[in-house]
This record gives sequence, C-alpha cells and structure tokens, in this order.
Amino acid sequence: MNARNAQADAGFVRIDRLTKRFDDVAAVDNVSIEIAKGEIFALLGSSGCGKSTLLRMLAGFETPSEGTIYLEGQPVSAMQPYNRPINMMFQSYALFPHLTVWDNIAFGLKREGMPKAQIEERVEEMLRIVQLKKFVKRKPHQLSGGQQQRVALARALAKRPKLLLLDEPLGALDAKLREETQMELKNIIKNVGVTCVLVTHDQDEAMTMADRIAIMSEGRFRQVGLPFEIYETPNCRFVADFIGKVNLFDGALTEDAPDYCVVTTPEGVFYVNHGVTGTEGMDVTVAVRPEKIGLSSSAPTDTSRNAVTGTIVTNSYYGSASIYHVQLATGKRVLVSCEHSSRHDEHFQRDDPVWLCWEPESLVVLRS
Amino acid sequence: MDSRFGRFWLAMGYAFLYIPILTLVVLSFNESKLVSVWGGFSLKWYGVLAKDEAVIDALFLTLRIAFFSATAAVILGTLAAFAMVRYPRFFGRTTFSAHLNAPLVVPEVITGLSLLLFFVMIQNLLGPVEEWGPFLTLFKNTFGFPEERGAFTIWAGHASIGMAFAAVVIQSRLIEMDKSLEEAAMDLGCKPFQVFYLVTFPQIVPALLSAWLLTFTISMDDVVTTAFLSGPASTTLPVLIMGKARLGLDPTINAIATITVAIVACAVFAGSLYMFRQEKKLAAEAAAAYRDAD
Repeated sequence: MNARNAQADAGFVRIDRLTKRFDDVAAVDNVSIEIAKGEIFALLGSSGCGKSTLLRMLAGFETPSEGTIYLEGQPVSAMQPYNRPINMMFQSYALFPHLTVWDNIAFGLKREGMPKAQIEERVEEMLRIVQLKKFVKRKPHQLSGGQQQRVALARALAKRPKLLLLDEPLGALDAKLREETQMELKNIIKNVGVTCVLVTHDQDEAMTMADRIAIMSEGRFRQVGLPFEIYETPNCRFVADFIGKVNLFDGALTEDAPDYCVVTTPEGVFYVNHGVTGTEGMDVTVAVRPEKIGLSSSAPTDTSRNAVTGTIVTNSYYGSASIYHVQLATGKRVLVSCEHSSRHDEHFQRDDPVWLCWEPESLVVLRS
Repeated sequence: MDSRFGRFWLAMGYAFLYIPILTLVVLSFNESKLVSVWGGFSLKWYGVLAKDEAVIDALFLTLRIAFFSATAAVILGTLAAFAMVRYPRFFGRTTFSAHLNAPLVVPEVITGLSLLLFFVMIQNLLGPVEEWGPFLTLFKNTFGFPEERGAFTIWAGHASIGMAFAAVVIQSRLIEMDKSLEEAAMDLGCKPFQVFYLVTFPQIVPALLSAWLLTFTISMDDVVTTAFLSGPASTTLPVLIMGKARLGLDPTINAIATITVAIVACAVFAGSLYMFRQEKKLAAEAAAAYRDAD
C-alpha cells in the first residue's frame, strides 16, 4: 500500500470539532477523532455521557450544532439518514415485526432499487455470513434473542455500508450468550472488513471487540487508545477508575527525573520508573492495579520494590484467583488480586498481617 | 373472601347489565300490540319491520353515514395523532391538543348546536350557490349542502367528533410503538413517506381498525348531534326510534333493537375469538423459537 492510500485510510471517518447542544446543555462537546478504514472503534462511557448522541449524529438522526463529519473526505453531516452510506444495528434490533427474516434483510436493498436476482444473491450471502439459512421464512417473534441479533446484523450489513454503527450490540442478550456472541460478532465484522463504530457501557465488550477505545464522559473524550494502553496507561483518575479495578494513592511529587520519580503519600514513599513533567511538590495520584500487587507473609528481600504492610480484611477464593481486601496502617483499604499459578500458592486468612509489594514499573502517576 | 358471597354480587352485576336487554329481546317476540303485556309468541313484528320502508331507509342511511364518517375520522385522527406523538414541539401544539380533545369533554348538545350554527352561517355567507360557479353547484346537487342540511352535514359532524376518539386510540398505539423501527427504516433508505407506509402503517393497522369500529359505533347510535344536523329527508335510525318512542312504544322498535343486539353480539364474539387464537398462536411460536434456538 502506498503512502497516499495509507493516509486516506487513516482518516476514513473524520469527526471534526463536533458539538451537539440540547437546550444549552452540550451532550457532545467539541469532539474530534479520526477512524481508520476497517477499524472497530468503541465509544465507552456510562449513560448520559454523550456516546449515543455521537452515534446518532453519525447515523443522521441528530443534526450537529457545530462541526462536521467526513466520510472518505466527503462531508456527510448535512445528508439525510436515508442517503448516507452508513447503516446501524439498533439496541432493540428494530426488526420489522411484520416482515420475515428474508424481507427484513432485503428491505434496504429493495429501497435501493437493486435488481431482483442481485437482491436474492446478496440476501443469500448475508444469511450464510450470519448462519441463519434455516430461518428465512420466520418472523422476528419466532426467533430467539441471539438469532434476532444476527438478523439485525445481516440487515445492517446487506447494503455494504462504508460505516457500520452498533448501538449496545449485546445489551439485549443474557450474560452467557453475550460472551459467545462477542467473539462471533467481531469475527464477522473483521471478515467483512467494514469500518465500525460501536457504543457500549460495558468495558469487557469494548475491550474484547474494539481495536481502539474512546472513554467518554460529559460529552468529551477523556482518553483514546488501544485497549491495553487505556488499561495500563490511564491518563487521569477518571479513566483509571472507570476501566477495571484500581488502587489510588494521593500524594505529592517529591523527586522528578527524566527516567524515574518519587511520590510521597501517607501510605509510604513510592518509586515510579517513569518521569513526570511537573514541578516538585505538586499534588499527584499514583495508581496500581490489584493484580500487580504481590502478597507475602515476610518482608521482601528486593529493596527496589515498593512495599507496605497491612492486615487482611476479607478474602474471597475464586479458584483461579483470590481477591483480598487489605487494610493499611493509615486505614486505607487496598484491593489485591492473586492469580493461582501454582497449586500450592500461599493462602491468607482474615486478620493475617501481610506485606504488599509491587514493582516501580507497575505504578502510573496521574496528574488529574 | 367468601367465594359464594363474591359470586352472588357478580351475578347481581350481570343481571343489572343484561336483564333490560333480555327483556327487550323477549318482548320483540310478543304477539300483543301492548309493549308490556305478554300475548304469546309471534314473529309478526319482524314481518311488519321488513315492510316498513321508512325504517329500512333510515337503517341504510345510518350505515352509510357511519361508514363514511368513520373512514374520514380515522384518516384525520391518524394525521392528528401523528402530529401529537412524533412532533413534541411545534407552534400551537398545546392549543391543537386542547382542540383535538374538546369533543371528548364538550357536551354533545353544545357540539351539535355549534355545528348547526356554523353550517347555517356558511349557507348565509355563500347565498345562492349557483352564483359561485359550476363546482359548488355540482357539490350542492350531489350533497344538498349548503342549500339544506342532511346526510352531508351529519357526516361532517360525526367525522369531527369521531376524529377525537380515533386520535386517542391511534395516539396510544403510536406511543407504545418502538420508535427505532422508523429510524431503522430511514437508515435503510426510506424517505419519510415510505417510512410511513412500509413500516408505521403495518404496525398501527390494529389500532386503525379498532378506531374505525369505535367511530362507526359512535356515529351509528348518535342522536343528539344528528338531531341538530339532519334535514327533512335524512332521518337516521336512532332519530327514527326516538321519534317513535315519543309517539308511544311500538313493538317494531323491539324487533329493530333485537336485530342490532344480535349483530353486535356476533361481531364481538367473532372478534374476541380471533384475538384469542392469534395471541395463542404468537405465544406458541415464540415459545417454539426459544426451544429450538441454537
């Protein structure tokens, strides 16, 4: 692929300073992002964060107050939804109850005025992709939830949209079915190769399905990145707290060098193996994930590790791992998760005194 | 709760509702000319009825007016319901809503009188229709309006009252309908009007049918408004019955009423049976879908 093509692919969907206000309240506030061709991009946030409004602006159901959406370099935000080469899979699936599976999938193709033979071919292809050939003559109420979801996907893909929108794609399924469907859905989208924007409030769904995630709150992007970047290198307290479990220690920056820094907190002095561009004495928060903390009954010998002492408050054994709540001397509770990689791992009981230790590289310093 | 006590009151309730109707049905087979004296079984009043042209004319006029006013009411009611449900903000929405619901609460005497005054005013304003050109002349020759009141004015009055009822029924269906169905249709390439006839319309057909039946019945048994709006050559069945009753009860009225009750009872029974079967079928199909879900 030459350089020019690669560049066009990078900005396949370009959202430029998009704002949507409802009665002076900005549901989406000056959002800009570029989405590459073939990428699955997830908008993750709790309800009311503006993710659905952003998706509806992409579909054309809401008109932006300011800003523009470009698809392949062409502005589409002024186009009517029925003219956009964008299709959506709705949270409720929105299958037409009076039409059969076949007619539901063919619905968009008929509106396009596609020749009959071609429609049949395309519907056949979609049915094969979602493995629903047996059910063509059924109506939506004669299908299970998982089957309805696949019909909705087939219908949204049938017109070969340039951009596929998924609104809480697995929200209507029960927990067991959700896990299986996640991978299946991702495989289908990747095989078809369609660019996809998905909206979800479920972080597992975003992590497993998306190539890139944007964390939204109050109408803005708080962080955009690959799933592991968002988990391992959150850029603020909000993101660290929103994604997964985390222990946060508030403190002050006492030493700052290009390749390390020291943060002093009431719980102890912590060494971090990355620098912070900040002034010494500024308030910062250090974050450490529960699975990066080690527990032991004796003091660690390796002095390069950060270590504090505490007492077990609760212990929960899950088979593959144990989750402990540990109370430190300051009264702060720390969540620790120990994976049982050996059958003879040490188990701790309530009121056991323990040492908690973690590597300098396990810590992330958050400035906001 | 004592179930025997409960059953007693249930029976009393049914008795209160149905004994008057049963009395009427029984008395329609009365030989005697006196309505309240039993003179033996006879079908003679049905025979008299069959030969009474005034009654038969009135019946067909009533059915015709009910058919056309129900149709007009459902069309107008659908448009009004659409405006109310799909457009949460437009200029004058509150006023529109109040006017739409007014016929439900305004006493019918007032509605009838105001419609009468309105039609008379139009007649006075227009003067001799022939001066307004061939179109209005044709209109007058076809409908008799505005020269005199009759079937046309009754139809217009019933349609405007029925529209309020139709709008209520259709509104509730539109509100409970999943709005994303319409969005999905638009997303898949439907222009607004296509959205309506390809997706919305099939979804609201049951509501349109029940709205039509409701307005049909309202028109069919309306006396008050009709009495204001009818002209010399346009007596509907309810108005005719009222007139007859005023002159002294005649057993033919019992016969008319019995036929009406029989038709209505059959229609209601068939309707409920159909609904019941349909629901059972849907439930069974949905259950089967979950059973063989892969």
